[in-house]
Parts: sequence; C-alpha cells; structure tokens
Amino acid sequence: MSLVEIKQVTKDYQIGEVSVRALKDIELDIEKQSFVSFVGPSGSGKTTLLNLIGCLDKPSSGEVFVNGTPVNSFSNKEAAQFRGQHLGFIFQNFNLLPVLTTYENVEYPLIMVQNIPVGKRKERIMHYLEAVGMTDQKDKYPSQLSGGQKQRVAVARALVTDPKLVLADEPTANLDHATAFKVIKLMKQMQENLKTTFIFSTHDPKVVKEAEIIYTLEDGKLVDK
Amino acid sequence: MTSMLIIIGVVMVVVFSGVSVSFKSMMIGSITDSMLGHLQIHKKGYVSSIDNLPLHLNINEKGIKQLENIFEKHNDVIEAFSYRIKFGAMLSNFQETTNIRLTAVQPQMENAACPRLVERINGDIQDPDKFIEQGKIIIPENLANGLNLKSGDEVVLVANNKDGSVNGLSLKVSNVIEGIMGPSGRDGFIHINDAKTLLRINGEEINEVAIRLKNPDNLNGMNKLIANELSQFENKQNMPVFELHTWADLSPFSTIAAIVDLLIITIKMVLIAIVLISILNVMMMSVYERVNEIGTISAIGTLPSKILWLFMAEGFSLAIISTIVGNIIGVLAIFFINIAKFHFSFGRMKNILLETSIAPSEIISVSLIVIFIAVISSLQPALKASRMQPVDALRHV
Repeated sequence: MSLVEIKQVTKDYQIGEVSVRALKDIELDIEKQSFVSFVGPSGSGKTTLLNLIGCLDKPSSGEVFVNGTPVNSFSNKEAAQFRGQHLGFIFQNFNLLPVLTTYENVEYPLIMVQNIPVGKRKERIMHYLEAVGMTDQKDKYPSQLSGGQKQRVAVARALVTDPKLVLADEPTANLDHATAFKVIKLMKQMQENLKTTFIFSTHDPKVVKEAEIIYTLEDGKLVDK
Repeated sequence: MTSMLIIIGVVMVVVFSGVSVSFKSMMIGSITDSMLGHLQIHKKGYVSSIDNLPLHLNINEKGIKQLENIFEKHNDVIEAFSYRIKFGAMLSNFQETTNIRLTAVQPQMENAACPRLVERINGDIQDPDKFIEQGKIIIPENLANGLNLKSGDEVVLVANNKDGSVNGLSLKVSNVIEGIMGPSGRDGFIHINDAKTLLRINGEEINEVAIRLKNPDNLNGMNKLIANELSQFENKQNMPVFELHTWADLSPFSTIAAIVDLLIITIKMVLIAIVLISILNVMMMSVYERVNEIGTISAIGTLPSKILWLFMAEGFSLAIISTIVGNIIGVLAIFFINIAKFHFSFGRMKNILLETSIAPSEIISVSLIVIFIAVISSLQPALKASRMQPVDALRHV
C-alpha cells in the first residue's frame, strides 16, 4: 500500500468573484521511505499539493489518502490529531517559536501534541539534536541562530515525533546554496537512517537532484514524474 | 502596560473600599452605639409623628411586659435594650427660655444599649452606668452655649404631660453633650424617673426601646425575627400594637451609607471596564501578532482546544499576577494610611482617626471579579486563535 494516494484531486480557490484552479486532476502515489520532490515554478501548485497531503487544506474534488486514511473528510480536530501523530512539517521560513530555545522548540510537539512524559522526552530530543548537529546550540533562541541552523532545528522538530511522513515546503528557499545543499543532505540522511518518507517542494534545480522521485507541476497539472 | 493598568485598578478598588467601608462602618457604629441602637421599637404610628414627640403613643406596663418576654426569649441575639421616654420641653435658665428635646433614660440600660454615648458627653464621667443622675440634666452643646450654661447651673424644665397640663421641674446641669451630626442638635438627657415626675407618669411607661444586637451584621435577619415576634400583638381593631425600625430607617446617614456603597460599586465597574478593555486589547494584539505562530503550532498537530487554552491561560495569568500584585500594594497602602494616622472631621465629630481596614471577603471579591472578567475578555481572542485554519495562518506575513 502506498503511503500517499492522490486520486483525481482538484483544488479551486475563490479570489473575490473569480475562481482559480490551483490543481487539476492530480493523480499520484508515493511509496513509504521514499525521498520525493515536487518541482515547478511559483504558482504551479506545489504548496497546494503539500497542504492537501498535510491535512492543512481540503481538495475541491477527488480523494487524498495518507497511510490508508482518507484525510479530506477530517474535521479540524481530527486533522490536527492526524498531523500530530503521523506527519512532520518543515517550513520555508523555519517557523520556529521565537520565545522558545532550540531545545524547547524540539520539545514542543512532544509536550503539546504527543504528551510524552518528561523522562522520555529529554533522551529523544537530545538524540535528534545530535542527529542534526545542534546539540551545542540547544540553549540558544532562534534569533541567535543562522538560517541553516534554524532549518536544522526545524528538521529535528519535524522528526522528533517519529512521523511516517515529513512534508517540507521550499525548505531551502531562504538559504544560500551551500547551506541549502547541506539541509537537503541532512534530510536525505535522516530519511535513510529513520526510514521516514520525505516530500519536499523546490524550484531549485541543484537541490532537486538529491530527490529519488521528482514530480513536476505546471499550472496545477502534474506533467512529469 | 496592561498589567500596570490592572494593578492600578485593583489598588484603587482595595484602597477606596478600605477607606470608604471603614469610614461608613465607623459612622454607622458611632450612630448606633451612641444614639440609635441597632433596632428601635415604638408603639404603632409613633415614628410617623416622631417630630412632635407625642406622649399619647406611649407603651404601657402591659406592653413593656410583652416586650420583655421577647427580649428574654432572644437574649442569645440581643445584647442590651434601653427604655426611653422622649419628649419636648421648655428649658429656662431663669433669664431666657428655649425649647429642648429630651431623652429620659435609665442610665445603666442606656449605657449597655449605646455604650459610646458617654464619649460624646463633655466632662469627667466616673461611672458610665451612672452618666445621668436623678435631679440632673445633660444639656446639648449649642443650648449650653446659647444660654451660657455650665455644669452645676440650675435650670427649669417645663413640659406638657399627655393630658395637656403644664408641669415644671428644677434640675442641675451635670454635663454638656455634643451633637452627633451637626450644629442643630437640641437633644438633652435626663433620668427616666425625673421624666416620670415631670410628665406625671405613674407606673411604667415609655415611648421608645433601643436595642443593641450581639451581631449587627445580621441586622436584617434580627429585624425579621423580632418583627415576627411583635406581629403577634394586636389591638382591639386587630392592628399591630408595635412597630420596629432599624437604625437605617431612622437615620439620614443611611442615605450617605447607600451613596458610599454606590461609589464602591461604581469604582468596581471602572475596574471591570479597565480589565475588560485592557485584556481584550492585549489578547487581540497577541493573537494578531502571532497568527503565523498559531499556524505553525496548529500545523504540527496542536489541537484547537489546546490553542484555546494557551490563550486563555495567558489572559488568566495576566489577571492573576496583576491581581496579586494589586492586592499586595493595596493592602500595603491601607497599612501605611493607618501608620500615617490621618484625622478628619465629620459634622460635630472632630479629629476622628481614619482607621482603615479591608475585609478578606472584599479582597476575594475584587480578585474574583478581575479574574472572571479576564477570562471572559480572553475568550473571544482565544476562540479566534483556536478557529484559525492553519493553511491561512501560515500564509499570514
């Protein structure tokens, strides 16, 4: 069974009185433990597709299955529960909580989402901080970290809950090329070590080479695999 | 800034409540303990014609016996009672004559019912239970000044008894008493036996009973209890024999007390407005400034209910901390007001020491109001945060 199944998905946005079709009849399957990239120019529908897979948005028509579960019928609460248990997110702007330290940012989903007891939390957090090379920076606040370091923390935060799938929307867009390459390498390494599925979107052709499977989108249509 | 506003509001309420409630209690205590007692019993219809000080509405021996039985039955709640005969008379110093209102009392009973009466009498009172002796009169201050009377001077009282005949009695001025509320006081005191002689009353007869309760805080409860007891006595026309009034029914200060209560409520309303607007404002801003963060925590799986509680907790914490700090500062302010020993005058009462205090129940009520309002005002922004769609919130810049 595929980890992600997308069947005839269409997504329309209503902008004022105008309806804009962001995705058109998307059909794709993503297997477990794969390292997948959605590529395409801005406005091609990469983020919309990731949002549908990530239960952040609902399709206008069609069906989305993640881990065998039809996610398009979820209520807000069910979607949040599903995301907390099965998905990890990495954002273009890192989206670390500015009032929390590196350690606390990684700890947040374990406390607020998975209710992991304090004893088990520390070991797990330190394991992931070590995996992304941020142990020494654990007491620093996001404002004291570089872009690459922030994204490493974001990778640790996404992985600390042991998700089946990590979704990364343009994770390298705000990084210089060298740092972007390192972050993608880190994600690839995590995917190999943890057997977690990664889906990331990018329009950077150098970064996309690291992906095992590349889906190309144009004007909301899947044009190439 | 928000905390500061709430702290200032709480301090304002605590200090104002402390000062005004203490002032009110002091004034009420002064009135009840030196003049009215907590409750008064008269013959039905007496209070409506009290300005005339009628003698035909006296309570006779049978009525006194009935009242004594009630007092005996409820001696667990009644601390003391005093029989009085109030009447109007002419007072002469043999050169000038003026009118005077007299309260004739049995001094031991009066001192038990109104223990602070003797504080208002100028001069040395050796035994408060004998503050007025037979053959003597305590003159109100303004009459003493007007007629140039002093202790030891002889005066004559002339009064009509209830049959209309005029009688006179020669008395010696023992002391001078201050008017309690203002310069117009014309109330003097004589011994009840002298009143009986002057008014030609044979046997026991009174027209007022002042009652002092053991627990004045339960005034309304006691009022109902005794009114119920009194209702069993009816005259031949099946009308009640007695009427019962609280001090508030008889004193104009009850209006001032009501105004003080109204002011406290107004101040509390201002506090509520401060807390409501401050917390609503800060929470709205907090939600608006953190839309992206709300999107992030929602995306990584935080339940909407937890987001709601996160924001509610923020408003609640703000209120709790501000309330605690405000209460501490307020109580300290009251403490320092007491140390500073402020004095003030009210009516004829001079140099009154302002002894402020705040009841724990008042602090609790202020705290509960602030916390309740904080929770209410946090609710709308918290609901807004919890209902945000993560996909929209993440797009917010």
